[in-house]
Amino acid sequence: MFSNKYIFVYSTILVVLAAAILSIAAVALKPFQEKNIKIEKMQQLLACVGIESTPKNAESLYNKFFTQEVAVNAKGEIEDDYSNGRLQGNKRPFDLVVKEQLDKAKSGDQSAVMPVYICTKDGRKTYVVPVSGNGLWGGIWGNVALGEDLSTIVGVNFDHKGETPGLGAEITTKAFQQQFNGKTIFDNTTFKSVSVEKRADKNDPHAVDAISGGTITSQGVSSMLYDCLSFYIPYLNNNKTK
Amino acid sequence: MKNKEPLFSAQSLKLIKNPFNKENPITVQVLGICSALAVTAKMQPAVVMAISVTVVVALSNVICSLLRNTIPPRIRIIVQLVIVSLLVILVDQVLKAFVYDVSKQLSVFVSLIVTNCIVMGRIEAFALNNKPFPSLLDGIGNGLGYGMILLVVSFVRELFGSGTLWGYKVVPEWLYAHGYANNSLMIMPPMALIVVGLIVWFHRTRNKDLCE
Repeated sequence: MFSNKYIFVYSTILVVLAAAILSIAAVALKPFQEKNIKIEKMQQLLACVGIESTPKNAESLYNKFFTQEVAVNAKGEIEDDYSNGRLQGNKRPFDLVVKEQLDKAKSGDQSAVMPVYICTKDGRKTYVVPVSGNGLWGGIWGNVALGEDLSTIVGVNFDHKGETPGLGAEITTKAFQQQFNGKTIFDNTTFKSVSVEKRADKNDPHAVDAISGGTITSQGVSSMLYDCLSFYIPYLNNNKTK
Repeated sequence: MKNKEPLFSAQSLKLIKNPFNKENPITVQVLGICSALAVTAKMQPAVVMAISVTVVVALSNVICSLLRNTIPPRIRIIVQLVIVSLLVILVDQVLKAFVYDVSKQLSVFVSLIVTNCIVMGRIEAFALNNKPFPSLLDGIGNGLGYGMILLVVSFVRELFGSGTLWGYKVVPEWLYAHGYANNSLMIMPPMALIVVGLIVWFHRTRNKDLCE
């Protein structure tokens, strides 16, 4: 028979050993995992402006087309600028965690900055802004690419943590995302965003059709777009007048 | 003095062979069905899953077998669980680092290997009463036996559900032009159950002694 003392000592040693092994593995594998996450982010940004990429060529394609990244504050001023491999400011905008910055902005913190990725392709500029919000079961996020007029959407992509397959998860499909192309987020000068509505009129420049059975996720996309894009209004307005 | 058994005696080879046939974890022991339904829509994730499960079963069998005389029976399930989850987290981390896109497809199912009955089942039924080497063979055998079924199911499902194999198109375009369509029911989990059922049926018609 084993005594209680033996059981306590045995389990303690086992757990400590397991924890040690896991920490070592986590530290050793972290650089690889972070690189994968970075490449995935680049692929999503590329997909948003309509460039197909594979994990292998994502980084070189990204560096080729995304020539500038800026971090803008709520007043629309550029705080950090990373262009052609040179950083002006404190932090590369690419590394900003959108969700953290949004929470900061919501609580009225003036230090919140959000990234804008500027893509130059065939001599035309596309401005890609990340968005992040909540669906039904967890977070949803994505990117919105705006054309040179800073109002017309030229591409979007969305991803989610755990929306229901076949219902809310449909926001990741091409069919849903393509509806956004050509919609505008400004009505002349007033910010309108694009809302996801039931039986939206195809000709309405500020609405797309929602997903049947995915009402909460659809509403989540609407409010995510509204909340995140409103942060950029000053920046967008500043650049339009130029 | 007892004669030392050769490393791969008939006895130990049986440990590897049996799970492929009369002791198959899925079709006979009916273990690990849940993940067999979930990851078999495409071949690539199915193979990665099969390898992951094999690694976890084999290693956890060996570790538990090495510790079998020191594990207090009163907390043995907890000890096994710690060992299994340790290995599963390691596998998950390695997949995330080296085959990121596959690990995204497998999502929660890698971490759910912990609850895969094959793992705990083999530790309880075999590793706790046997030496490390036979336990290793038993683990590999069961992992591969599980993998074999996954491979067959995913082959059928990917071929008829997506018209591809390992991501490559195999159903020619002219067939689509003549009105052939992918069967989208194949991609749904219930179809995996039906395919597994067909395998069980086929298996039992060949092995009458398996029928109750």
